[in-house]
Amino acid sequence: MAGTGTAHLRDASEALLRVEDLVVEFRSGRKQKVHAVTEVNLDVLPGETLGLVGESGCGKSTTGKAIMQLPPPTSGRVVFDGTDLTQLSGNDLRQVRTQVQMIFQDPISSLNPRRKVEEIIAEGLDIWKVGTKEERAAKVDEMLLTVGMDPEVAKGRRPFQFSGGQCQRISIARAVITEPKLIVCDEPVSALDVSVQAQILNLLEDMKAQYGLTMIFIAHDLAVVKNISDRVAVMYLGRLCEVGDPDVLYAQPAHPYTAALLSAIPVPDPTVRPDTRQTLGGEIPSPLAPPSGCRFRTRCPRADQVCKDQVPEMTEVAPHQYVACHHPIAPGESVASVELAGARA
Amino acid sequence: MTDPSPPPEPTAPSAAEAAPAPPVSPGEVLLEVTDLRTTFSSPRGPVRAVRGVSLTLRRGRTLGVVGESGSGKSVLSRSIMGLVPSNATRTGSVRFAGTEILNADAKVMRSYWGDQMAMVFQDPMTALNPVLRVEQQITESLHEHIDLTKKQARDTAMQLLESVGIPEPARRLRMYPHELSGGMRQRIMIAIALACGPRLLFADEPTTALDVTVQAQILDLLQTMQQDRQMAMILVTHDLGVVAGRAHDIAVMYAGRIVEQAPAASLFAHMRHPYTEALLRSIPKLEMSKHTRLDAIGGRPPDLVNIPEGCAFAPRCPHAQDRCLTEDPQLVPDPADPDHLYACHFPVHGVLAAATPVTVGAASGADAGASS
Repeated sequence: MAGTGTAHLRDASEALLRVEDLVVEFRSGRKQKVHAVTEVNLDVLPGETLGLVGESGCGKSTTGKAIMQLPPPTSGRVVFDGTDLTQLSGNDLRQVRTQVQMIFQDPISSLNPRRKVEEIIAEGLDIWKVGTKEERAAKVDEMLLTVGMDPEVAKGRRPFQFSGGQCQRISIARAVITEPKLIVCDEPVSALDVSVQAQILNLLEDMKAQYGLTMIFIAHDLAVVKNISDRVAVMYLGRLCEVGDPDVLYAQPAHPYTAALLSAIPVPDPTVRPDTRQTLGGEIPSPLAPPSGCRFRTRCPRADQVCKDQVPEMTEVAPHQYVACHHPIAPGESVASVELAGARA
Repeated sequence: MTDPSPPPEPTAPSAAEAAPAPPVSPGEVLLEVTDLRTTFSSPRGPVRAVRGVSLTLRRGRTLGVVGESGSGKSVLSRSIMGLVPSNATRTGSVRFAGTEILNADAKVMRSYWGDQMAMVFQDPMTALNPVLRVEQQITESLHEHIDLTKKQARDTAMQLLESVGIPEPARRLRMYPHELSGGMRQRIMIAIALACGPRLLFADEPTTALDVTVQAQILDLLQTMQQDRQMAMILVTHDLGVVAGRAHDIAVMYAGRIVEQAPAASLFAHMRHPYTEALLRSIPKLEMSKHTRLDAIGGRPPDLVNIPEGCAFAPRCPHAQDRCLTEDPQLVPDPADPDHLYACHFPVHGVLAAATPVTVGAASGADAGASS
C-alpha cells in the first residue's frame, strides 16, 4: 500500500482543491524524522465530500492540517481554487483562510471557554469587518437557527453550558458563517454518542446542500465515512492505499488493508460471530522508521520481496477504484482467503 | 467511599480473615443486584444516576450494558463495585457470591477489589499511573492479596503480559505508560485487572479510545480471558455493535434504568423498546449506500435532576401517547418470552435488526436492514 502515484487524480482544472506530493515531516530528537505524510496526492471537486480514513497515526489529521497550512507542509503543493497555498504567507494566507475552514474533533476544547457563543461564532466576521454590527448579529442568529439551536437561549451562554453535540453545532456555525468553499472536518463526530452522531452527520449533509460546501471528512469509522462521502481515500502510515467511490470500495476492497479495516468493524448483529472474522494483528509501525517499499507489508498476509523493494503505484483496478498494491485482491476473490498475519493470538 | 446509612446487617468479616466469598461453580449466580439506586448530591438537587436496577449475573456469562452518555451505565458498574465518591448515596442490595457488599466498609471492599472483582477503565492513559513502571502497577495488587516474593510477583507479571499478547514482556515491564501505544496500554490495564484472578470483571468502555482494528483485538482478548477463566463480565459500552456478538445478555439503559433486557440474540431479533430500536437505527451501517439519511433520535437524554414524570424516554419517543407522560412503565417480561424484559406501554415489534452480515468481498452494496 502505502503507495505513490497520481492515477486517481482528475483533471486539475475541475478540482477545487488539488494536493500534490504532499510531504509532512517533523524533527524528533537527534537526526530523527517522523515521516507523518509521504507523497500524498489528493483532489476534491466542487461540491464533493472526500472521506479520509485510517488508524491513529496514519497521517490523516496531519494531511488535513497541512491543507490548512497549520503548519505548512514540508514539501508539495496545495492548490486551492487555482492558488498554491504553500506559496502564500501573511495577509494573503489570512485572506484565503476565510474560504477554507476547519471543524475539530473535540467540540468542547476547540471553543474558547471564556467567550460567549455569539462572540465565538461572529469572530470570523468581526475580524474581516463584514457588514455592520447589526448585520453581523443577525447573521449569527440565522446561523444558530440553521444548526438547530435557539439563538435567544444560546447566544449569551458559554461553551461549558452545552453538551458535546451542541458544542459541535456551534463549531459548525462558526466554520460556515464566513461562507467558505471548503471545510475540513477532523473527526467531528468521534467524541459523540451514536444518537448525537447521527444528528450531526445529518446536519453536515444539510449544511452542505444549503451552502454548496465542499468537504474533506477525516474519520476512523468507516461506516460514518461511507455515509457522508462521495469518494473515500484510505491512508496507512502516511501514504494512500486505496481511493474510490465508497459503494464500490466497500463492496469490493482491493487493498488488503481496506479489507482488514472493514472486517474489524463491530456489526450490531449477534449472529455474526466476531471471532470468525479476521482481525488485523500487530500494530502500526513507527513513523520514525517506516518499512521500505509498501508500508503495510509488515502486517500484510500477501507481502513478498516486491513489496519490500518497491513502493506500489496507484493503478485503476475498476472504474472509480484506484489501489496502490502489488498484489491487490481481485474482483470476485473472497477476502476470507486472506489470512491476516498474527490474527490468531 | 462508604455509605452513610447504617449497614443492614453486621458487617462482613474484616479483610484479615480468610477468603470473604465462598466458591461459586460455573453457571451459578455470582452477582445479584436488587433495586440498586445511586444518588449524588449536587447544588442543583439530587442527581438520580441509577434509579432502581436489578440484575443477576452467573459465572462464565457476559452482560453487555448499553446506553448513551448520562444513562447511568458507568455509575451502575461503579456502584456495584463500591467505587463511588463521598457525595453518593446507594440503596438496594448488591450480593456477591451470596454476601451483601453494598454497605461493606472500605476495608472489606479492599479485599474484594482486584482479588474478587476488577475493572478495566475506558482511558488507559489516565487510568495508569504515569510515574510508575508497568511492573510496579501489575504487581501492586499481587502483593496486596497474595503473599509472593518479589521474584515470584515479577514472574507472574511476565506471564500475565504474555497472556494478554504483549511481545517482549521482560522489556515492557521496565517501561512507563507513555512509552506504550494505546492498544498496549489497554492490554496492560487488562493484565492488571486479571492479576489476582478476579471472578467478576467490569470493562467500562474498554475500546472507546482505540482504533477499530485494535478494538477488535482487545475485545477478542477480553472474550478469550473470560472464557478461559470462567469469569463473569460486565461490558459497558455505548456501541450496540461492540456487544452484539460478544455478550450473552444485553441490558439497555436509559436515564438510570434498564429499559430492555434480553439474551443478545432475542434482543436483536425482536427488540421491543422504542429506545433500543432508535439506538440501533441511528448507527450508520456499512451496507447502507452513501448519503443515506440517518434516523437520528431527536432531543437529548433527560436531566437526571429533573426526570420527567412518566416514561423518561417519552419526550423523544415517536410512539409516545398520553399514558406515557403520566404513568411510569415497569420492567416486565414479554408474555411470549419470559427472558425478555422491557419497560414500555406501547412496545414495538422491531425486526429491523436483521442487518445483513457484513461479508466483506461479497457485494454487500445492496441496502438491507434499515428500510425506514
